[in-house]
Amino acid sequence: MKKRYTISVFTEDNVGLLNRVTIIFTRRKINIESIAASDSEVKNVHRYTIVITETEDLVKKVVLQLEKQVEVIKAFYHEDDAIVYQEIALYKVPTDILVAGKEAEKIVRSHYARVLSVEADFTVIEKTGHKEETQALFNDLEPYGILEFVRSGRIAISKPMKTLTSIVEELENEINN
Amino acid sequence: MRTLELTRSESKPETQTMSGAQAVVQALIDEGTELMFGYPGGAIMPVYDALYDVEDKLEHVLTRHEQGAVHAAQGYARATGKVGVCLATSGPGATNLITGIADAQIDSTPLVCITGQVHSHLLGTDAFQETDVIGISMPVTKWNYQVTRAEEIPEAIAKAFYIARSGKPGPVLVDITKDAQFEQLDYAYKPFGGMRSYQPVSALNSKAIEQAAELINSAKKPFVLFGQGIILSGAEQEFKTFIEKAGLPAAWTIMGLSALESDHYLNVGMLGMHGNYGPNKLTNECDVLIAVGMRFDDRVTGDLSRYAKQAKVVHLEIDPAEINKNVHADVPVLGDAKASLKALTELVEPKSNEEWLACFRALEREEREAVINEELNPSSPIMTMGEVIDEINTASKGDAIVVTDVGQHQMVACRYAKFNESKSMITSGGLGTMGFCLPAAIGAKMGCPEKEVVAVIGDGGFQMTIQELGTIFQAKTAVKIVVLNNEFLGMVRQWQELFFDKRYASTTMVNPDFQTIVKGYGIRTRKVEVREDLAEAVAEMMMYEGSYFLEVLVGKENNVFPMVPTGASVSEIRLK
Repeated sequence: MKKRYTISVFTEDNVGLLNRVTIIFTRRKINIESIAASDSEVKNVHRYTIVITETEDLVKKVVLQLEKQVEVIKAFYHEDDAIVYQEIALYKVPTDILVAGKEAEKIVRSHYARVLSVEADFTVIEKTGHKEETQALFNDLEPYGILEFVRSGRIAISKPMKTLTSIVEELENEINN
Repeated sequence: MRTLELTRSESKPETQTMSGAQAVVQALIDEGTELMFGYPGGAIMPVYDALYDVEDKLEHVLTRHEQGAVHAAQGYARATGKVGVCLATSGPGATNLITGIADAQIDSTPLVCITGQVHSHLLGTDAFQETDVIGISMPVTKWNYQVTRAEEIPEAIAKAFYIARSGKPGPVLVDITKDAQFEQLDYAYKPFGGMRSYQPVSALNSKAIEQAAELINSAKKPFVLFGQGIILSGAEQEFKTFIEKAGLPAAWTIMGLSALESDHYLNVGMLGMHGNYGPNKLTNECDVLIAVGMRFDDRVTGDLSRYAKQAKVVHLEIDPAEINKNVHADVPVLGDAKASLKALTELVEPKSNEEWLACFRALEREEREAVINEELNPSSPIMTMGEVIDEINTASKGDAIVVTDVGQHQMVACRYAKFNESKSMITSGGLGTMGFCLPAAIGAKMGCPEKEVVAVIGDGGFQMTIQELGTIFQAKTAVKIVVLNNEFLGMVRQWQELFFDKRYASTTMVNPDFQTIVKGYGIRTRKVEVREDLAEAVAEMMMYEGSYFLEVLVGKENNVFPMVPTGASVSEIRLK
């Protein structure tokens, strides 16, 4: 059965690695639903957070093929309940809609969204949360006219996991021995 | 296979000032390279210029096409167990390497490919002969890297060799911009010491070894499948000791062929689509299946949902990504085959499994009567590919290296060629690259000049890299070339006959006079049209000192049997 999985890939911080990571998915025609790249708590270790919907059996194979890449340090996969995750979305709406009546303001409040910037002709609203939550705000604002919308890839921190520092230390010890 | 050798460079820690191009050449020498294959061009000229000064230490063989260079490097690597090295220029030179790199990737062949690249300030500008070879080669390399500064060269080359030959070997590509080749650096060579993100071999798991031994000891019908992992880890002797002690019938994938001598009493033959009858049938009857250094390719397994479902599976494998990829392993044993087999042998009980072995022999007799006798001693005057291979066996006594191309002749050569020594069969297994044979045979012969190297090729594949006759001519390589000419793309034709109502779409070959062409390259030639001449012609070829071209006209519409049709189970193997 297909499910949503979040894959965390820890790599060396080298040019071209993003491509090496994504072609593992491309090769099997797996759609990457979201991807985020950033530093990690360990110096020179980069991390990618990738969300896909596939069977666990396939996800396992993909994770092993990711780890097989020479510059990939470690890869993990998790179901949603094993991680704490978040996304951020930005909404650009006409400032008029906030001035004209109370409705739009109510929507922003009820979603616990923040106003980041107000200009004469547009306002930028920010909402962090799960995709369902950022989507709900999108749906509510849509009738008022959304000028621009963007959502980041999911970032996630796993609940049960050895610390990356200890994994990296173990691997480094193995080379020195 | 952690084979990071401490090379000669250990003794000279002092730095020398030189150009990037000279550093490339020096690093190759420091890594132990004696022979490389390549083709010059604009962006790699500084390296060629540096090679000119070291011709006595590092031989460069000029091929006639970059694809020839990479296949030659593969043949060299497969025959010697060393890293194959090839050199090409940017753009088309680099893209011409890709087929060979993909072939090496899927067949785990250690290669270091070096390509020239346009000046670093021109990267991304669509400069003359610029192509993004890093992007193009990424899916088919174990690792690749672009050098834009000369000072990166020593480490990049050392790392390339380390990655290519360690763990599960594979091809790596180092792309070097022209300005980095010109730039000066202080050169000091240091062998690469490993990296945290890459653990080539897992430590021996004694628990898994114990579980494996327990399964094998309890088995009534144990069956071993072995692949190239035995050859790559140099575990031929350990493997033989293992199967002899536990009395295990052993069948091979075409990549594992020659790891165990052909006439060994436990060698029960070839697996897969055109493999032997017994090993395919009995895969679905064994109770414990022990796979060693093989990856359950679909050409070996047939329909996976009906593959060895009754058996417990033990999988000895170096690559964690291969475990459970195609076939579920009840006991995965990660690690290098040599170490794992040694440990496992200590724990298995001595057995002979006579009754079980007799099942293989009974099916072998059936296959002999239905297929083999007619292939090797045909009742019709039309010659078969099998009898040509058999004549080669007679002349070589199993001591030659046989290199094949891809198609019917490849399957026939794998089925019937006899070998005494490991690394004697060189074939394009995973990728099935037509055109592989002729250049690979050149590389094999140059790597093992003391051995006879016989290139067995179809008339189709021969014309895919026929230009490498020029390399043979110039380098005076004493390769024996046997073209089995059926004036068809035989394997595709066979499928058209069996599965496409004999609609022979684009499989008939109107061939040139190969004799005339080959003569033009100064190679001795002979054509055999009737059986009466065959044995004598093969003997003459094998006795001849230099390169020799033998063309044999074989049956146009002969088929290779047995056969596991696509989608069928291995036990549904057809004898006709």
